[in-house]
Amino acid sequence: MTSRSDARYFTSQKKGEVAEWRDEIHDPDRDKRKNAVKKAVIAAMTVGKDVSMLFTDVVNCGQTDSVELKKLVYLYLINYAKTQPDLAILAVNTFVKDSQDPNPLIRALAVRTMGCIRVSKIIEYLCDPLHKALLDPYVRKTAAICVAKLYDAGPEMVTEHGFVDHLRELLDDSNPMVVANSVAALAEIREKSCSPDSTVGLDSKVVHKLLAALNECTEWGQVFILDTLSSYVSQGDQGAERVIERVLPRLQHANCAVVLSAVKVIVVQLEDLRDPARVQQLVRKLAPSLVTLLSAEAEIQYVALRNINLIIQKYPDILKSEVKVFFCKYNDPIFVKQEKIETILATERNIDQVLLEFKEYSKEVDVEFVKKAVQAIGRCAISIEQAAERCISVLLELIETKVNYVVQESIVVIKHIFRRYPNQYEGIIECLCDSLDTLDEPEAKSSMIWIIGEYAERIDNAEELLEAFLDTFLEETPEVQLQLLTSTVKLFLKKPATGPQILIQNVLHQATIETDNPDLRDRAFVYWRLLSSDPESAKDVVLAMKPTIRDDLTNSPQTELLQGFLRQLSTLSSIYHKLPPLFVPHDPLRTRLLYGQSGETKNTGLDGSLTNLHENQEIVSGKKANPDPLVDLMDGTNLKEEKLGNSKNADTIQLADPVTNEFRLFYPSESTLLSADKGAGLEISGVIMRGEDNLPCYSLKLTNHTSVHIDHFQFQFNKNSFMLAPCSQLQYSKVAPNESFRCLLRLSFSGSSSEKTASPWLQVAVKSSHQCGEVFYFNDRVPLESVLLPEGRLEYEKFVQLWNCATDEYVAQCQMSELLTPEAVIRAFDSLNVFACSPASFSESDNSSVYLSAKAPGPHEEQWILVKITFTSTVGYLEISSRSFIKGYADMIYNSLRRLLLGL
Amino acid sequence: MTSPAVCSVLHILDGNMKKLLSRDWRGDISPACIDRFVARVWQTLYAESESELKPVMYDSDAEVSYVYITHNNLYLLAITKSNCNAAALLTFLHRLVDIFRHYFKTLEESIRDNFVIIYELLDEVMDNGYPQFTEAKILSEFITVGAHQLIAPKAPMAVTNAVSWRSEGIRYQKNEVFLDVVESLNIVVNAAGQVVNSETFGALRLRAYLSGMPECKLGLNDKIMLHAQNRSTKGKSVELDDIKFHQCVRLARFENDRTISFIPPDGHFDLMNYRISTANVKPLIWIEASVNRPSRSRVEYVVKVRTHFKSRLQATGVEIKLPVSSDATSPEVNTGLGSVAYVPEQEAMLWKIKSVQGGKEIMMRAKFSLPSVSALEDDGPVQKKPPITCKFEIPYYTVSGVQVRYLKVLERSGYQALPWVRYITKSGNYEFRLDHGY
Repeated sequence: MTSRSDARYFTSQKKGEVAEWRDEIHDPDRDKRKNAVKKAVIAAMTVGKDVSMLFTDVVNCGQTDSVELKKLVYLYLINYAKTQPDLAILAVNTFVKDSQDPNPLIRALAVRTMGCIRVSKIIEYLCDPLHKALLDPYVRKTAAICVAKLYDAGPEMVTEHGFVDHLRELLDDSNPMVVANSVAALAEIREKSCSPDSTVGLDSKVVHKLLAALNECTEWGQVFILDTLSSYVSQGDQGAERVIERVLPRLQHANCAVVLSAVKVIVVQLEDLRDPARVQQLVRKLAPSLVTLLSAEAEIQYVALRNINLIIQKYPDILKSEVKVFFCKYNDPIFVKQEKIETILATERNIDQVLLEFKEYSKEVDVEFVKKAVQAIGRCAISIEQAAERCISVLLELIETKVNYVVQESIVVIKHIFRRYPNQYEGIIECLCDSLDTLDEPEAKSSMIWIIGEYAERIDNAEELLEAFLDTFLEETPEVQLQLLTSTVKLFLKKPATGPQILIQNVLHQATIETDNPDLRDRAFVYWRLLSSDPESAKDVVLAMKPTIRDDLTNSPQTELLQGFLRQLSTLSSIYHKLPPLFVPHDPLRTRLLYGQSGETKNTGLDGSLTNLHENQEIVSGKKANPDPLVDLMDGTNLKEEKLGNSKNADTIQLADPVTNEFRLFYPSESTLLSADKGAGLEISGVIMRGEDNLPCYSLKLTNHTSVHIDHFQFQFNKNSFMLAPCSQLQYSKVAPNESFRCLLRLSFSGSSSEKTASPWLQVAVKSSHQCGEVFYFNDRVPLESVLLPEGRLEYEKFVQLWNCATDEYVAQCQMSELLTPEAVIRAFDSLNVFACSPASFSESDNSSVYLSAKAPGPHEEQWILVKITFTSTVGYLEISSRSFIKGYADMIYNSLRRLLLGL
Repeated sequence: MTSPAVCSVLHILDGNMKKLLSRDWRGDISPACIDRFVARVWQTLYAESESELKPVMYDSDAEVSYVYITHNNLYLLAITKSNCNAAALLTFLHRLVDIFRHYFKTLEESIRDNFVIIYELLDEVMDNGYPQFTEAKILSEFITVGAHQLIAPKAPMAVTNAVSWRSEGIRYQKNEVFLDVVESLNIVVNAAGQVVNSETFGALRLRAYLSGMPECKLGLNDKIMLHAQNRSTKGKSVELDDIKFHQCVRLARFENDRTISFIPPDGHFDLMNYRISTANVKPLIWIEASVNRPSRSRVEYVVKVRTHFKSRLQATGVEIKLPVSSDATSPEVNTGLGSVAYVPEQEAMLWKIKSVQGGKEIMMRAKFSLPSVSALEDDGPVQKKPPITCKFEIPYYTVSGVQVRYLKVLERSGYQALPWVRYITKSGNYEFRLDHGY
């Protein structure tokens, strides 16, 4: 038997063996040939030996009727085609021949392999066999996937040959496996394409087809379909109900992936159900399946737990009575145990049972796990007032064990409990002080010091205790030092005796003179001045009542973000608890997340996502001036202004969010366009931004300083470079005296254009019932990034060509935070319709330059705007050069980019 | 929008994290990633921070995610760049292990011995990173270990059929179905003797030796089903908390009228799994243990076992594992039933009882000497405190009360098939936490 014990091929390392193999490959004996190829393949793929010199010999073997040998040759090809593209052409004949083989297995093999070889020369030959394969019932399933592969290598070819339409037709296929793979392929193409909606419009007809295919599909096909369905926005109550009804039986599937994807679809659709009782009923139906997932393989349990964690934030009652299933078994892997602790939701009813479990866990061996258990006890105390006392007594028991890390973690937790219930449990401080000497972790130390300072008047020897810490003041971490400083001040204010006075002098001296830490020094100076000028007001400041902390049990993300996560159930995103753009490189979804759905998410960046702007739309069309949704909008804008203001005042411009390492763009802020005195009592402020459906809109705030109602607003724009014109009016909006009204005025590119040079200025005329229909005029500068067109993507070659013949240019340098990387810039601008040209080529050739292209709206053909951003080797500088064909744009884009990046 | 489980590369590594084989489907992962993964695992193991090791990990520098499982010293690692369906990917990896086991019985050694066939399999089970076809039985019809075949094998119809789990043209002399109802009881009892959690997982294991394309229908004493079919609920009926079916069962039909109808795969498979909370059922075997330390150098264990089931039933193969201190020596044991052995390498006493009737109570006492200088003093590392575990089987009995009412087989040729049903209850994760007294 030839295939027995392939292991021996792994060890052969003789010299000259390659030559030997070559001879064998040409041996007339088929088995010998096969063995030789097998050796070559194994050597290449696993041992890592270079056997590319055998390329021609091996490829020639492909013309054989032995399936096994053919598969080996194909494996070899996949491995080497990339490095030997010219030779790979040799294989085309074999492929073409095989793709017409009478045996469907071989046809499928050929199509599959060809797709894997991402060499452009081969790809060209792929189209023909692929067309044929798509017609052939047996090979369709493989071919469908192959279209996705082809799209990866050459998207234009897919469009040219109409493969996407083919795929869409395959959704009607009689064979469910074909349907499933077509769904998968379409989903992938949709994710990669820049205009997502044109590929798989998930209309109710397609959804109906998919739902019908669910019953017939293989398990994996069901997963593909369910995942696709999860992004379907059903048409209201009934649509959602229909989808849920068809998906519900999937909860009984033995495959966990099918179950979890079904849960996802249902959770997403629940959003559209109006009847809360029905929602409750459906949520209850999900519970048993979620529980059963916890008996699957440990890794699946982990995924399930991370997901349940999200689901219970939305529906806290869903597993209320099932808390037991989250209790740890001795043999659970540590990653499961940790997640279980996080998921246990204590309630008043189960608290005793839960506490008993946590106590048990805190005796375990794994330090991290034990710490989590102790923290969990603290969370119980903070969230359930009635249980606080019981929790504290458990913590005290733990402190008595004298196990170092348990004691330290308990003290940190007790500090939190004190902050939640001030002046209630200080009787236990004495027990805490006993373990003072054993503390060595900064967090535990500073917690203990905080407690001493806070309750200094009740601790007789508080002075002594603090003094002990002060001996090593300079060696402590800043966290502990700061706490020591504050606590000593508190002690002094509470007990202004000589002892504390010496202490405070000591600590102020050390903190101001002997340390380099500016935070510590500055805080010490502040205290010093306070104490020396007015001890009474120092008391008011330092000993002021602090707000008690609240239950952070669920540390729940805002609802919008949570909803975003729920749409991601069972994916990596739901495990990391991060939205995909944060970890998927070059995710086009980013565009939609940031911008697609809502105007106001602009400001909140990635944290806010996927808001439905339904209500706002209503305002725009002026049907209903419901005050509630307005609040949202206002908040959004305020936030924006605040952020901008803050960063301007700060010493250094902080561009990156330290947590996510994503930098934020500075969007233009609202400015006053028409002041009250010029507008005879009508004040208008606003900004042009990108709204829903990617079109620009005017976010306006109209303030009425007169004593009468103002309504019948009409806006008109003068000729402008962008051909902007309002596409709706606000004639039904009404502003009461001394009130403000916020609205979105939708704009389109249907206006008429001004002269040849581009200018950012927009002249606006407003007419209203106010002042007997007198017309007021104002000027606004249009932020270029708000009006750029989505079709601004350019291939690199085209970019270079245009770059060289552009007529207008602007070059400047500016200072920059070092956190800004080319990747980050590309990702951020993508959402503004400023596109990177072939990111691959930039990363290989010139690591420090980014090429961006954009297209401005306007009457001319050549509205291209090209930008090159060079990250100079001196950290912190970058050079922006921009070119265009129409005078003005180069200048304008530079200003926009500079503002977006720097906030200037 | 998420794309369905898209895995770019699969690596199989041995216990020392050496690469056994890999298959690259999408070519978008740098080869350095596998080394980064290995380095990361080693690092965490050295730092003894195993809690950092999760089955799904993100590598922020390479912007890839590692999704992996371990099985008998093997690592199956998938690397992906996209926001893939992790549940699907992990399920797929486990399914892959099942397929390999179906082919090679033992795993680790077989990977290298069967290099070529594994590549062939990988080619079939996944395409471009999408799971395709993972029915081991059907796969083995067209990807075979024997390599000498003059006629090129054809893909069985089943691969693309709606019934992808069964080939046509199966023939048996005698048509039979064996149905085992196997329930395993999971229980956690804390040191105070309170039941922390008790649930039972049941499986209906079918071995179908049937010709042609048989239509099967199964009836259980499921309360909801009986209700749905307006049957009188005479006799005992049970309400199951959750049910999962093999993909051959028509789920829509089940949702509709609770009928379990299916065309079975050939041979053995799990038709259905269910879960039922047994919090109200007295644990079938109850264990109480006390640990006494009369002096520093002595420790004494007293274990009491009670059987809470009908006296006509027998628990067989009872095996109770009692963890003892790692430094205990010279055991003195006496027991009323069965044999007790001290197994120092497991730091435990193994008490084996061939069979025991219901309604009995038996005792076991064990005394040990401890070294005079004990690690009891502070500063010693925290000792693991494993629970008492117990294994047993009770034939002819289901703890949930599930019963098979009928199993009908219909086939075009109209043959009569004989169904055989067996019941058995077993221990699953059956643990009693023990207060070790230190």
